[in-house]
Amino acid sequence: MSRLNEDNVRIALETIARYPKARSAMIPLLHLAQQQDGYVTNEAMAHIGELVGATSAEVFGTATFYEMFKFKPVGKYLINICATMSCALMGAEQLMHHAERRLGIKAGATTPDGLFTLEHAECQAACTEAPTLQANYRYRFHVTPATFDALIDDLANGRLDAEIPPHGTVARIRQRIPADRVVGPRSPDDVTTAPEWMAVAPTASGGGQ
Amino acid sequence: MTTTETNTDPEALEPVVDPNAVSIVINGRQVTARKGDLIIKAAEDNGEYIPRFCYHERMSPVGMCRMCLVEVDTGRGPQLMPSCMFAVSPDMKVMTNSPIAKAAQEGVIELLLANHPLDCPVCDKGGECPLQDQSVSHGPGESRYIEEKRHFEKPIPISELVFLDRERCILCDRCTRFADEVAGDALIHFTHRGNLTQINTFPGEPFASYFSGNTVQICPVGALTAKSYRFKARPWDLEQAESTCTTCSVGCRITVQSSRDELVRYQGVDSDPVNWGWLCDRGRFNFESVGSGDRLTVPLVLTSSGHEPTSWNSALGSAARLIKDAITAGGANSIAVLGGARGTNEDAFAWARLAHDVIGTPNVSAQLADGLPIGLLALNRATIDEAASAATVILIAPDLKEELPVLYLRLRDAAEKHRSRIIEFTPKASGISRYAWRTVFYEPGTQAGAVATALGQADIAEQIAKGTVVIVAGRANLAESSAPTVAALLALTEALPQATVLPALRRGNVVGATQVGLRPGRGGLASLGILDAAASGKIECLILLGADPLGDVPDADLARRALAGARRIISIDTFLTGSSALADVVLPAAAYAEKSGTTTNLEGRVTRVAQKVTVAGTARPDWMIATELAQRLGAGLGFRSDSDITAAITEHVGGFEGVTAAVLDANPNGVIALAPNIDAINEPMVTLGDRNAYDYRLIVSRKLYDKAIVTTKSPSLAPLAGTSAVYVNPLDVTRIGSAVGAEVKVSSARATVILPLATDPSVQRGTAWVPFNQPGANIGELIDAAASVTDVRIESL
Ligand code: SF4
Ligand code: SF4
Ligand code: FES
Ligand code: FES
Repeated sequence: MSRLNEDNVRIALETIARYPKARSAMIPLLHLAQQQDGYVTNEAMAHIGELVGATSAEVFGTATFYEMFKFKPVGKYLINICATMSCALMGAEQLMHHAERRLGIKAGATTPDGLFTLEHAECQAACTEAPTLQANYRYRFHVTPATFDALIDDLANGRLDAEIPPHGTVARIRQRIPADRVVGPRSPDDVTTAPEWMAVAPTASGGGQ
Repeated sequence: MTTTETNTDPEALEPVVDPNAVSIVINGRQVTARKGDLIIKAAEDNGEYIPRFCYHERMSPVGMCRMCLVEVDTGRGPQLMPSCMFAVSPDMKVMTNSPIAKAAQEGVIELLLANHPLDCPVCDKGGECPLQDQSVSHGPGESRYIEEKRHFEKPIPISELVFLDRERCILCDRCTRFADEVAGDALIHFTHRGNLTQINTFPGEPFASYFSGNTVQICPVGALTAKSYRFKARPWDLEQAESTCTTCSVGCRITVQSSRDELVRYQGVDSDPVNWGWLCDRGRFNFESVGSGDRLTVPLVLTSSGHEPTSWNSALGSAARLIKDAITAGGANSIAVLGGARGTNEDAFAWARLAHDVIGTPNVSAQLADGLPIGLLALNRATIDEAASAATVILIAPDLKEELPVLYLRLRDAAEKHRSRIIEFTPKASGISRYAWRTVFYEPGTQAGAVATALGQADIAEQIAKGTVVIVAGRANLAESSAPTVAALLALTEALPQATVLPALRRGNVVGATQVGLRPGRGGLASLGILDAAASGKIECLILLGADPLGDVPDADLARRALAGARRIISIDTFLTGSSALADVVLPAAAYAEKSGTTTNLEGRVTRVAQKVTVAGTARPDWMIATELAQRLGAGLGFRSDSDITAAITEHVGGFEGVTAAVLDANPNGVIALAPNIDAINEPMVTLGDRNAYDYRLIVSRKLYDKAIVTTKSPSLAPLAGTSAVYVNPLDVTRIGSAVGAEVKVSSARATVILPLATDPSVQRGTAWVPFNQPGANIGELIDAAASVTDVRIESL
């Protein structure tokens, strides 16, 4: 049921064509599946396996390695509150307690209306701005209980739709490479002679540069 | 070929500088290693064991477990290195037990045990566990970890045959590497990350590999356990003997293990020329049938009220009387012996002597009208190694993955490692098609033409010219007579006179039985002829040597008529099969692992098979039955033990001269014996009639799991047989006017069966494929053994 839909199959085939080996397209296709359904469904993983010539187990193994792929439905907005050192020192724990109270769920859970999922996160590489959180991987810095509440209100009322798309959308603009501009890379296995650019014109001294 | 000569040529004694020798120092001792050897192997070859978990000689190294850390100095000072990841280099110094190496090894053990549950007392692996052993030999002896261990649901079934306990798993990547690299079934994989990393299948998609049992054997801990062995025995209770699997004719080497006189497990033995340590699951797990409660344990004679148990004395008396009566009624030629491919060479030889010399009938065959003429064995024979290293392998054979699974592994490896290119001629895609360089599809019956066309193509001709060629030949389609395959094979051998041939005949010892004499004598009938003669009432006494024509002969009607037409039937069998249930006398036979002797695989390789358990009830080995019958017929064969017969084979059978007991003992991997005196194959007659209204040409072939008696009597394997269905190309479904899953009528000129309709894109349009001997309607009803091909009509109900 949640295999890639027709439009996404088209994108998938375009993506696969960019790689010398179809399997290399596995991660981009997983993103595509997550964008389609908000999480990666088993059906989509099996479908991706068919498309790139891998077993479902191989797709599953690859996908589950990555924290950012979700395998159960998550809320429209995934709120990741950093819990690592700098943020912890700057009140991340209190922030999490506040968030749990405000959303009425424990970390790891999703609100009954399906709008928010709350999670602990490891360092988000913005330690100077602690405490930090991400909403669908879009940053918020120096978060206080008050700015947290405001963020939740804004998200719930759709006031941030322009900035924060629903979970799964990595970027709103998809790179499309017209067929005539595709480089057409070769698989390393198919490279049996020195590539053209390596050829060096012999100089008088008999050596190349 | 089997004796080693002492070389007295003085020149040979000159020291030769071996270009592949690399001199290294291990633990202060100068030793010679081979160029390219990994340190861990070079050390082992020189008597220094380096502990390891993930390293396995038959798979690529991955450096996963770090257990093999040693100090290595290549001139830049000593460094810790995983010895399974680095090849030796000249003058390298390796310290496997320096204080730093030891500290590293102890650290790795301590870390591996941080999460290991240590439930050794209830673990199948306990007592033969590399983790236990190396914790003692290379571990610190205690742990600093006091934290709670990681928990997972205790064992989860990952297939019908294998259970996984993720708490015990040390993530060595052996099972997953095996699945991907060796079997080509990447159905298990590492999933998740960090502390949660685990081995698992895709949700709802089991590890349904034909080779799954190997992962249980190579798992260095008790994480993978086999359903058939769980909690059955402890290693210190096991007795074992090395033997050869005779489930199919690859002849994989195994250890047969028993506990309290009951078979509990087979383990693969690494035989370099044959199986490299691997087994297929059918071979590995069908030991269960030996201990089945349904085994025949006493002789039976047919009375007016059905089969009655009787004594051996009276049963043998009756059997001898039936044979004598038959000779009186119709002469020796009215007796036929069918089967023997399931026994040992010794069984076959004793029966061949009884049939040919004592009874005097030439009508003897070890095949069941589903193989190829035995002239196949007169062609220049290839070995498995030769096939797996030939530049070109030409397959005109059944689906090797289904019928000769470990041969499939060897050829797959040859293709994957770019040693060989496979050119496959087949009516539908097979397990090996994925790895074939060319797959040439032909319509059943037309393979000779397909071969001729292909050989005329420039790229194929160029490939064939590149080096050695091995042809693997067998019967791909049971709905064809053997004629079209023979025609194609002869076309190949004529065009490629240098090519050698590996016979892809399936039954365990069919090659051995045929070579030692279970084959037609002068003017005698082969299996099909015997069945025809029986069906037309010309056979007074039919002797079935572990043969079940009703189950195995593709032409079901012929099999039925043959058994009905034979005046008397004597059956020697381990179970009461459909055919032995019709016999006048049934003599219970000793099964595999209940008798010793030798067997011959498809290469002609003779190896020993071992007795490990006592026979069921009063069953006797086939050879003993032959000897006793001969006695009662007034001519002693003079055999008192199977070793008497091994010696007699050496003495009397051409090609077996060198196969003495001493040579077999010295060569556990066996010695090759070919039969030089088998007549060449005859030019066959292929007649492809008009199809008329029959739109589909039928392909019938075997699957690994079917209704074969040893499979159905092995509880682990029995559920694995599929169900019968008729498979067509998806594009043909609408033409049939039915839907996938719906029942359809499949009719040939002879009969009609009802089967569910299924699709398979690898089935070519205009052909239909039905797996043989599966639960459900019997496709054999449609097959006419005499016809070159079988055409069918498929109609919706
Ligand atoms: S299950 Fe066994 S073989 Fe597989 S990774 Fe774990 S320890 Fe290794
Ligand atoms: S391939 Fe054949 S000989 Fe080897 S284990 Fe399987 S059945 Fe036995
Ligand atoms: S610790 Fe929170 S962003 Fe680095
Ligand atoms: S054996 Fe070398 S890392 Fe595992």
